[in-house]
Amino acid sequence: MTDTSPRTEPADWATDQEVRWCPGCGDYSILTAMRMLMPELDVDRENTVFISGIGCAARFPYYMNTYGMHGIHGRAPAIATGLAMARPDLDIWVIGGDGDMMSIGGNHLIHALRRNVNIKILLFNNMIYGLTKGQFSPTSEVGKVTKSSPMGSLDSPFNPISVALGAEASFVARTHDMDRQHMMDMFRRAHEHKGAAIVEVFQNCNVFNDGAWEGITKKQNRDANLITLEHGQPIRFGADGEFGVVVDGGAAKVVSVADVGVDALLVHDEHKPDPSTAFMLSRLARGPFEPTPIGVFRATERIEYASSSTSQLAMAHDNQGSGDLAALLRSRGTWQV
Amino acid sequence: MTDTAPRELPLQELDEVIIRFAGDSGDGMQLTGDQFTSISAALGNDLATLPEFPAEIRAPQGTLAGVSAFQVRISDFAITTPGDAPTVLVAMNPAALKAQLHNVVQGGAIIINTDAFNERNLEKAGYESNPLEDGSLEGYRTYPVPMSQITRDAVAEHGVKPRDAERSKNFFALGLISWMYTRPVEPTMEFINTKFSGKELVIKANEAAFHAGYNFGETAELFESHYEIKPAALPSGEYTNVNGNTALAWGCVAAGQLARLPVFLGSYPITPASDILHDLSALKNFGVRTFQAEDEIAAAASAVGAAFGGALSFTTTSGPGVALKGETLGLAVSLELPLIVIDIQRGGPSTGLPTKPEQADLMMAMYGRHSESPMPIVAPKSPADCFNAAIEACRIALRYRTPVMLLSDGYLATSSEPWLLPEIDSLPDIGVEFHTGFNGTNEDGEGIFLPYLRDPETLARPWAIPGTPDLMHRIGGIEKEDGSGNISYDPENHQKMVDLRAAKIAAIDVPDIEIAGDQDATFCMLGWGSTWGAIDAAVDRLQQAGKKVAHVHLTHLNPLPKNLGEVLATFDKVICPEMNDGQLVNLVRAKYLLDVKPVNKMNGVPFTTAEIESAALQAMDAS
Ligand SMILES: Cc1ncc(C[n+]2csc(CCOP(=O)(O)OP(=O)(O)O)c2C)c(N)n1
Ligand code: SF4
Ligand SMILES: [Mg+2]
Repeated sequence: MTDTSPRTEPADWATDQEVRWCPGCGDYSILTAMRMLMPELDVDRENTVFISGIGCAARFPYYMNTYGMHGIHGRAPAIATGLAMARPDLDIWVIGGDGDMMSIGGNHLIHALRRNVNIKILLFNNMIYGLTKGQFSPTSEVGKVTKSSPMGSLDSPFNPISVALGAEASFVARTHDMDRQHMMDMFRRAHEHKGAAIVEVFQNCNVFNDGAWEGITKKQNRDANLITLEHGQPIRFGADGEFGVVVDGGAAKVVSVADVGVDALLVHDEHKPDPSTAFMLSRLARGPFEPTPIGVFRATERIEYASSSTSQLAMAHDNQGSGDLAALLRSRGTWQV
Repeated sequence: MTDTAPRELPLQELDEVIIRFAGDSGDGMQLTGDQFTSISAALGNDLATLPEFPAEIRAPQGTLAGVSAFQVRISDFAITTPGDAPTVLVAMNPAALKAQLHNVVQGGAIIINTDAFNERNLEKAGYESNPLEDGSLEGYRTYPVPMSQITRDAVAEHGVKPRDAERSKNFFALGLISWMYTRPVEPTMEFINTKFSGKELVIKANEAAFHAGYNFGETAELFESHYEIKPAALPSGEYTNVNGNTALAWGCVAAGQLARLPVFLGSYPITPASDILHDLSALKNFGVRTFQAEDEIAAAASAVGAAFGGALSFTTTSGPGVALKGETLGLAVSLELPLIVIDIQRGGPSTGLPTKPEQADLMMAMYGRHSESPMPIVAPKSPADCFNAAIEACRIALRYRTPVMLLSDGYLATSSEPWLLPEIDSLPDIGVEFHTGFNGTNEDGEGIFLPYLRDPETLARPWAIPGTPDLMHRIGGIEKEDGSGNISYDPENHQKMVDLRAAKIAAIDVPDIEIAGDQDATFCMLGWGSTWGAIDAAVDRLQQAGKKVAHVHLTHLNPLPKNLGEVLATFDKVICPEMNDGQLVNLVRAKYLLDVKPVNKMNGVPFTTAEIESAALQAMDAS
């Protein structure tokens, strides 16, 4: 009989460092979900690495008893890419906020996604700059009033899921900080994915943007506004599944099931090679006040970056033999004096 | 004697010649120069080369901006520079003549492709009248040769299309110069066959053009004599001809082997550093992983990540790229991870002069990060020395767990010299051990790992890589508590960490400086990096003129050699030639309160020996 009991407990994944987020911050529940998930994954602490940028979210690595690096603002996906290439044997998680990953580090994020580096990116989206005390972020809604935008921000926001899909991400998911089990499921799926995975986590910053996601994540709003995507199932939501999603005129649209019938509903297919339907789903809501999908938008297979790099090394080795330094120094011709 | 019978021309012996091949960027001048260099190397001459490319890939044909040149100096004695001024210019078109003539020594030889001197080309080059006819070449020995025509005639019989025929004219020039300097024919035939293998027609055409050039020298009654340059008395052994960028790439690979670590390079293309990325990308069978990042920030960041994982990590770039990497290098200083940053300096600021050298990134290397973030700096002194510098930079990075800056420049990058190949066994072992066990205990007496507990001798922190059981730890850019590495905002701890980071770099074991030239001189020239060759040659000339002069040359700029202040203080007068506005002078003045005099040059061209010689004479004369 094989021993199926987990090798570790959630507490084994905690460090002795005092967690310094504001009381009530959504980051706590994400941390708990991660610590609870780890024993369920077949992984060792020493082979797990958390890399982050800067921000409240980015403090995460200090609280996980694994290897970790708290890097610089926005650069975590690039740091993680180097580590993943040098050490394809490791489990690498990248943690950052919406400012970290979509503003200063937007470039690194999209390139890590298109390369399909084997890193698991968790984007804690609180639609605000938390650590710098509350300026609007690239995911804040237009007109957001903050200290740096007293008359309302002028910027149109990014939709992280749309950006990720546009950046050729092979795995794209979304979850929220009010549902531990769903977070654990999404993190687990990301972990199982071979290649770059990005999970957007709706996270509440109760100090600078309190309740920003409430319109969809609060218990009493979930029925009306939270759509849980499930592979192979027609996309339905509502207390009794009375609403559904169809594709109509090149866009996803919410309908009443009674009006169109179950057969007309869009059946969710995570593995669809073409990202267009996933993209339509990402555009369903204009903001956290309309029905919004969570779950896995896309999970497709594509060749992973670091292993391709390893294959090239192996191929070069097979073709040219293992590098001989003395021969290299003579490779451009020599003469004797 | 008839026109066609071979003539017996006198063979004259020369101690050196400096030839500059110049033509349009499409004319194959680099290839021609390279091949002439190889043949001369095989004959045992000492040599040095200086290629010069236009910044644009396809500058308009026939214009001054499109001129590509290759200078090679060959000699029967040891040399350290490609020479101040060519004694022979091969000009393939009017633009080449116009762009290069001012470089040529008075009385020098100019071999001209007269076929290219038509009205259109003259106009493109900005000539108002034909320099071949208007007397502007007076004072030079000119050799007009209809290269295009003879090449076309020579290759015609092989069925080459007239349009393609002229492409071989660089081999005509190579043939002619090979005849002039009695270079053997065989190696170039071999070269043509390997280089153009599979393209029979091209091989035939180039061979024919080469022979036509060679025979032209012999038969045309144009040249008074041909020349011989005997082998130089170099230390015996096996040599190769290497430029600085290739030597750097090889040095990186060697360092990986000497440290028994896999090599990782994160880089973003930029002139004149891209060739290192190219060279290393082709060495995958050495286990070298190269990553062409989305920008220089990602390049540096990926290298930090790889270093955390236990790779010997490099990032290569030029000045603008170093500026972008600045914040990441600050992180590396704080993380105390080994990382080698290679900066091939070029003219600036901003895009500046991408293909021209400068030494003006010294202050950026020294201070170009926010706050107090000291980084060691090494600087190779010659193309071949780039190999040693790469290994030395890695040694320091690994032993002290620190990012290290290696400052080369566009001159060293592309110019080449013979390199007496080292015995692999003689190279230093620069390996370090990863940390694998606890290095402390907690209150309960249990083993713990303290990532910032320093080695008392080197002040280096332990390097424990992910995958090591029990040593899980977190590092980051926030100030850390000495020892534990935990986040600490304690004022005294910060002071202590600033001091420790500074002390670690200040105590790096760099070799003492040695005085070259006259030990008992009262006048000294202080240099660093690529000015070594020109200063060394100037010392020779000054000594031949009966002057006493010393030369102190730095290959370590941070920390400076321990005895530098003492040594410099023994001279009455010290001048410091550098390709910037006095950056080393400022460092040395500030540190030692010595009145070192600047000699600055920033026109994109390396110092000539004559310039340094005259600066020295002037300084000696000044009271
Ligand atoms: C180069 C640089 N620029 C600016 C900052 C200041 N800064 C720190 S965190 C941050 C934004 C944080 O917002 P986000 O990434 O959304 O994280 P949150 O705090 O909301 O979790 C900024 C602007 C910095 N640390 N480094
Ligand atoms: S500022 Fe906001 S995001 Fe940051 S810790 Fe406090 S509640 Fe959390
Ligand atoms: Mg945020």
